[in-house]
Amino acid sequence: MKGIDLRLALPVLSLAVLLGAVFWMQPRAMSYTGLNLLFNLAVPIALATIAQMLVIMVDDIDLSIGTYVSFCACVTATLLHDTPVVGILVLAAGVGVYAALGALIELQKLPAIVVTLGMSFVWGGLAVLLLPAPGGASPDWITTIMKARPPLMPMAIVACILLALASHLLVTRSAMGTLLRGVGGNARSVARAGWSVVRLRALAYGLAGVFGVLSGMALVGLATSADANIALRYTLLSIAGVILGGGEFTGGRVSPVGAVIGALTLTLAGSFLTFIRLSPDWQIGAQGVILILVLAARLLVRRRRTA
Amino acid sequence: MTTTTRLMAATAVLALAAPAFADTSERRIALSNNYAGNSWRQAMLESWTKVTGQAVTDGVVAAADAFTTAENQATEQAAQIQNMILEGYDAIVLNAASPTALNGAVREACDAGIVVVSFDGIVTEPCAYRIAVDFKEMGRKQVEYLSGRMPEGGNLLEIRGLAGVFVDDEISAGIHAGVEQFPQFSIAGSVHGDWAQDVAQRAVAGILPSLPDDIVGVVTQGGDGYGAAQAFAAAGRTMPVIIMGNRQDELQWWKEQRDANGYETMSVSIAPGVSTLAFWVAQQVLDGQQVPQDLIVPFLEINQDGLDAALETTPAGGVANVEYTLDDAKAVIAKGGSAN
Repeated sequence: MKGIDLRLALPVLSLAVLLGAVFWMQPRAMSYTGLNLLFNLAVPIALATIAQMLVIMVDDIDLSIGTYVSFCACVTATLLHDTPVVGILVLAAGVGVYAALGALIELQKLPAIVVTLGMSFVWGGLAVLLLPAPGGASPDWITTIMKARPPLMPMAIVACILLALASHLLVTRSAMGTLLRGVGGNARSVARAGWSVVRLRALAYGLAGVFGVLSGMALVGLATSADANIALRYTLLSIAGVILGGGEFTGGRVSPVGAVIGALTLTLAGSFLTFIRLSPDWQIGAQGVILILVLAARLLVRRRRTA
Repeated sequence: MTTTTRLMAATAVLALAAPAFADTSERRIALSNNYAGNSWRQAMLESWTKVTGQAVTDGVVAAADAFTTAENQATEQAAQIQNMILEGYDAIVLNAASPTALNGAVREACDAGIVVVSFDGIVTEPCAYRIAVDFKEMGRKQVEYLSGRMPEGGNLLEIRGLAGVFVDDEISAGIHAGVEQFPQFSIAGSVHGDWAQDVAQRAVAGILPSLPDDIVGVVTQGGDGYGAAQAFAAAGRTMPVIIMGNRQDELQWWKEQRDANGYETMSVSIAPGVSTLAFWVAQQVLDGQQVPQDLIVPFLEINQDGLDAALETTPAGGVANVEYTLDDAKAVIAKGGSAN
């Protein structure tokens, strides 16, 4: 139990430090509208990060999540908007493909990194086919949800809290989540206990596909239209978010709440760098430095614990 | 009608009646730019810094900060625009990574009362102002110029840009519209020069043997005129009138030819300094002026008389540039208004 607390303490602390720095530099951000502006683009990133986390949980990595989210965004802005039934079918087919990939990777013992890298070109191609020129429109109900102004807290924060809670229950508390983490920890023992690892891996990938769909929808709701390249950054952002949030590449050790916080931290890091007027030439490097600092801090904490 | 609404209506009428009344010296303008990785964009940023720096010194506006996203991604730029809203800028001048994917963020800015002026990479959100390039006209103009030089017409060679890019289609459509308008011309052949001198030279050299001997003009898209000239020279052909695209190497070659044998042509492209035009348009909107939502960027044309002056101010390897003034912006606004 204590291990989980510590695992979460660091992401929470880094988010708090960054948030404090942003508030200090830009007091205007300390308001309902300000917080919403600061965090609303983090919602699709957080969803993509949870998708990535589900794949990392079973010891794989998904290099196609960025193009997949772009594809889902294009479907949302075109098919789902014009002919909702077809749109839902296509999105469901996307989830199906994700689940099938999980099964294929397990059955053929393929390296996930290669399969998903290949798939990233497939999703990218499909997105361009659907939307050769940027455009489309967001279905009204999605825009209404994303632009809602609930009392007390801005939508972005509400959405992130709901997401963290839901994925925590799914991954940490449910029997299914325990099994899935077991696949990442020791797939052979899960198989010996009589479970089908093929089915479990397919389940993990399928769930990742669902969160990818949600990410694409949320993104279109915010942007109001789509672009075949809209979410390319999400692949790396989502991996960084999972790791920043206390997850590890192996062993099924992930933290859903941490992953959401990691996504928020990364988004905030970008704003922070804009607020301090850092030249764009240095921004990517500076984002890397923030990542390395957090990871270094994690290593230090762990070393002290084992010492 | 309550007293408040009546008061508001009266203020609105007053604001309309006295448009030049608003003072912009306390206003802050931000530039949101998606990419800085080529010479055109570098020149664009330099022009911005130069002109807006002067405007800030003169007290026209309080600040004009430039921001460029690191990765040329729409989601990143959307976040950047939202940060600008938070920072309380009064206007955002925008060169967008995507015509549609930033609409949500642009809408947020408009709702916060911020003036958004997009240029070059424009956005489709109706609340934003757009300063667009009329690429079709850029193509048509070339044929028009040639018809002035050679009323009897003749065969043309068309050099296109990068296949599949919107700009290439537009300029080419304009050229074909020009040929329709001046039917004494016909396009004898067309090649893709990818807006690069070396590619254009190879492509033209490849097609030349299959072309008739009497090519009188070469219509281009910019960045390909020098390569075309080299190919014609190497094949020992009569030099046709090649339309140039404001690149320094093209202007240099044109000057050498003019000095040697009186060669005459014209050159046309978009000046990177269009960012400064967008700045003045934003300033005018803040000033309370009536500005149409859609404006057209004027071309930067260089003719025979202006060649020396243009070449002098264009850095080697660069593009001819011009920085716009407040008066230029007013002229563009007036023209855009009458066109609507």
